[in-house]
Amino acid sequence: MELIGTWLAAGLTLFIFSFLYRDNPFYKFAEHLYVGISAGYWVSLQYHNVFRPNLWDPLMRGDLTLLIPFALGVLLFTRFTKKFFWLSRWALALIIGIFAGIAIIGYGTGDLIRQVHANILPLWTGDWLGSFNNFLLIFGVLTALIYFFFSKEHKGAVGAGAKIGIWFLMISFGASFGYTVMSRMSLLIGRVYFLLGDWLRLIS
Amino acid sequence: MKDKIVRILEYLDKLDRRIIFIFIAAAVALPLLFPLDIDFSVTPPVRGFYDTIQSVPEGSKILLSCDYDPGSLPELWPMHVSAVRQLCQKNIKIVCTQLWPAGSPLAEAAFEEVALGEFNKEYGVDFVNLGFKEGREVVMVSMGTSIPKTFPTDYHGNRVEDLPIMEGMENYEDLDLIVNISGGLPGTKEWILQVVSRFHIPLVSGCTAVVAPEFYPYLQSGQLQGLLGGMKGAAEYEKLVGITGLGRRGMDSQSVSHIIVFLFILIGNIAYFTTRKGKKK
Repeated sequence: MELIGTWLAAGLTLFIFSFLYRDNPFYKFAEHLYVGISAGYWVSLQYHNVFRPNLWDPLMRGDLTLLIPFALGVLLFTRFTKKFFWLSRWALALIIGIFAGIAIIGYGTGDLIRQVHANILPLWTGDWLGSFNNFLLIFGVLTALIYFFFSKEHKGAVGAGAKIGIWFLMISFGASFGYTVMSRMSLLIGRVYFLLGDWLRLIS
Repeated sequence: MKDKIVRILEYLDKLDRRIIFIFIAAAVALPLLFPLDIDFSVTPPVRGFYDTIQSVPEGSKILLSCDYDPGSLPELWPMHVSAVRQLCQKNIKIVCTQLWPAGSPLAEAAFEEVALGEFNKEYGVDFVNLGFKEGREVVMVSMGTSIPKTFPTDYHGNRVEDLPIMEGMENYEDLDLIVNISGGLPGTKEWILQVVSRFHIPLVSGCTAVVAPEFYPYLQSGQLQGLLGGMKGAAEYEKLVGITGLGRRGMDSQSVSHIIVFLFILIGNIAYFTTRKGKKK
């Protein structure tokens, strides 16, 4: 059974890779199969991991308080009717309200305050390298912030600061791009490793 | 001679992308078949990940959150397995959760391979898989109030309160560390914002390379104790744990393919600017 699975996975991997040459029926077959199976798997997963343990099973055990979220869930489906679609807003309002409330606290304490605090650094640390690092960090943060300050025209000192800010931003985008290349290459390595190792057994 | 160079550059400027694909395929496949054993050093974020786990006292309980799916397997599986191995070596008890539905079978597979296969650990005593719970940040915050109420049953349907490992465990105060293996959202960022900031529990993260740059500010601020970024991070971590998995095996391919990408970007730009200059004339 494992052997069949390996051959099937290898075949489908090659079907997907065939798109690199050009679009073809093998690629389309693999793509449609993937989308279909993913959708089916997702529905099954949501039913077994979410709907049953969180709602259906406790309801069957007599926990009637869960009728409230059940009703709110049903209300979401009124979006499909023209007459009652407005009812879905009740459930959506609750979802957005809860997530917004949680997110605001998290971002406020975890991102805003802690990150501002982390950037309040001494410009002289006792050694030249540490001091230069701190200076570079503070200078980069300030110039990048100037770039996003649109209430004053980017001319003169503000313009120069904004231009330096762009350089800092470009360097960070470059680092992100480099990491993205590495990430995509890792996925390719994973697949090639599977083909050469698990399938063709060329890697010990 | 000059004309010949210009013609070569014009050819390179219009190079069929499929030729680039062949080069990349060779750069990935050949080092896997014929390893070059290129050495690499361990960076401070990876050292931080390893040292933080090492500093957890033996017998303590930690939370391992496997928030990824098979789409990120080549990057995250090596670090996931290595983390479980280090935790088992130190006899640290693992409480595992997932905020991604497809993470549950992966968590099971890692336990089966390492905790059961290599260390003969006992399920429910040394480790437990609480499974997946829908709700993202709400689940994280809810666990701060009560873990057994957030996860009343484990992945196998056992009542969590009946498991020895869960004895006396109520919330994050009863855990020494969170180890997060993150494929995206919800993941490391949400653990930092919702749990580290509120409940002041240390966190280490292994994540895909795509999102790793986003987490460096949190390392600098001390909100994150250690970070494994992509396959490179996994390889460094494997080196520290003392094993050779996909992370280390993939590093030769990673290095060679990066050189190829770098050369193509360089050649492409030279060809583009040279031929553009010629066209302008």
